[in-house]
Amino acid sequence: MSLNVSVAADEPIVDPGAPASSDRSGFEWSRVIGPAAVLVIFVALWHYMHSDGMRRFFDKPGFLLPAPETVINDAFLNSLARSKLLTGLGWTTLVALTGLLITIVVGVSLAVMMAQAKWVERSTYPYLVALQAIPILSIVPVINSVFGGGISSRLFVCVMISIFPIVTNTLFGLTSADVGQHDLFTLRGASRRTRLFKLQLPSAMPAIFTGFRISAGLSVIGAVVGEQFFRKGSKPGIGIVMENYRQKGIYPQTYGGLILAAGLGIAMFLVFGWISKRVVGHWHESARKTT
Amino acid sequence: MTIHEYASRNDDAFTSSTKVAPMTNSAPAPALSFSGVSMVFPDGTHALGETSFDVRPGEFVTVVGPSGCGKSTLLRIASGLNKATTGTVTVDRAHLGYVFQDPTLLQWRNVQRNVELMAELEGIGKAERQSRALEAIELVGLKGFENKYPKQLSGGMKMRASLARSLVLEPKVFLFDEPFGAVDEITRERLNDEVISLFQRKGFAGLFITHSISEAVFLSTRVVVMSARPGRIIADFPVPFDYPRSPEIRFDAAFAALSGEISHALRDAHA
Repeated sequence: MSLNVSVAADEPIVDPGAPASSDRSGFEWSRVIGPAAVLVIFVALWHYMHSDGMRRFFDKPGFLLPAPETVINDAFLNSLARSKLLTGLGWTTLVALTGLLITIVVGVSLAVMMAQAKWVERSTYPYLVALQAIPILSIVPVINSVFGGGISSRLFVCVMISIFPIVTNTLFGLTSADVGQHDLFTLRGASRRTRLFKLQLPSAMPAIFTGFRISAGLSVIGAVVGEQFFRKGSKPGIGIVMENYRQKGIYPQTYGGLILAAGLGIAMFLVFGWISKRVVGHWHESARKTT
Repeated sequence: MTIHEYASRNDDAFTSSTKVAPMTNSAPAPALSFSGVSMVFPDGTHALGETSFDVRPGEFVTVVGPSGCGKSTLLRIASGLNKATTGTVTVDRAHLGYVFQDPTLLQWRNVQRNVELMAELEGIGKAERQSRALEAIELVGLKGFENKYPKQLSGGMKMRASLARSLVLEPKVFLFDEPFGAVDEITRERLNDEVISLFQRKGFAGLFITHSISEAVFLSTRVVVMSARPGRIIADFPVPFDYPRSPEIRFDAAFAALSGEISHALRDAHA
């Protein structure tokens, strides 16, 4: 059938999936040793601050910064404290994920509308920027009276904090399709809908996932910050549990909560990095390098 | 066959009508016809002077000319991507192949799905477009690479995939907008062989844009030379060599003589 099958084969084939590159198949110790060394230094410094540094530099008692092993012992190995913290972490995770989901739906829809009509972009963008500039503290009373100060208030804070990166990244992605690719669709008289679903959205995927990843971290921050202001209801998140411990002067558990909250943010970031790699990694150049 | 006639005037009134192609026994109707086509861009750039010429079935016409003389604009007008300021183009756009300077593959689709794209946009059913795509992939020599993604392909292979994508529409007219400008010389010559073999098998009318005189002579039945902007046709050379053309004809004395003549005409075009 074909005259030229052999011709293609002599051309150089660029296959980044090939095992030739050592950084994919080989294990690089430098990637582990560096971060491990920093961790050791950090823990050592922490220990020093507990035993001597707090008093020497800040004139504060050492128990305000419990030693690392005390934190592990009292917060993670003590079953009562652990279960309180983990339950709190569970509620925070629920709020952060629900908030993120709402943000994704609202943010992506808004960006799609903005990409479809310039007037939508022109009329909404200034307010998105303004939303970014509002300090949460200043609208606490408003949120309180509208959402009642419970879990829905915390969701609102999540959405407010995390929506901007999703909108901007999605919008950037939707408008990033190549002019030549648009010409292809024009040649066959493709409708706006076809263009959106077969060209703009697929080509926006890497940018959309970058937005998801940034917003996932922000959503955790939003959930914890929200807990500082809105504590009504029977669903105390990790921030509330930490604050309760702090008010009682129980510091190891407070720091344990801090570690868990940070871990949640990192976990959300990694999970979205992983999903992104699964979805666009096989075709997108940079997806391979991130995370 | 339905021929759509697109006409536009200075006031940008765009009218379209359908007429039956006049068929005569002696000369077949042109597959692609430009008549009095000119183009002035909104910023006032006079890209294309009044241009009239036909590409008949079985012809492979290559246009050479200085940069910015409106060669690419000619193809964009033929395909309907741009509207001419004056004049009419007659072509069957349902069976129009078009290869751009860049392969413009969709990075998130593998070769198979990229080749299916035009048929998919045309509304051709899944089974039909899959079998057409497989055939086209085999024709351009990409068999075995169906599941590769664009980032895994070399420049030449991407161009092959781009060719296959247009073949799926079974083009009666095939437009090539300087498609091999970015690939190395050896790959370009191979792709030229490929285009000739497709031209012979598929029998489309070809309109090819290039900067390379040797590429123009090697591929075509006719070479048209355009002047500097605003471009107009200043010379038209028939190419006497028979198909299939061996790569060796590039070293033929007649080939060199014709290339020389075109080169002279092109030099005048720059003046």
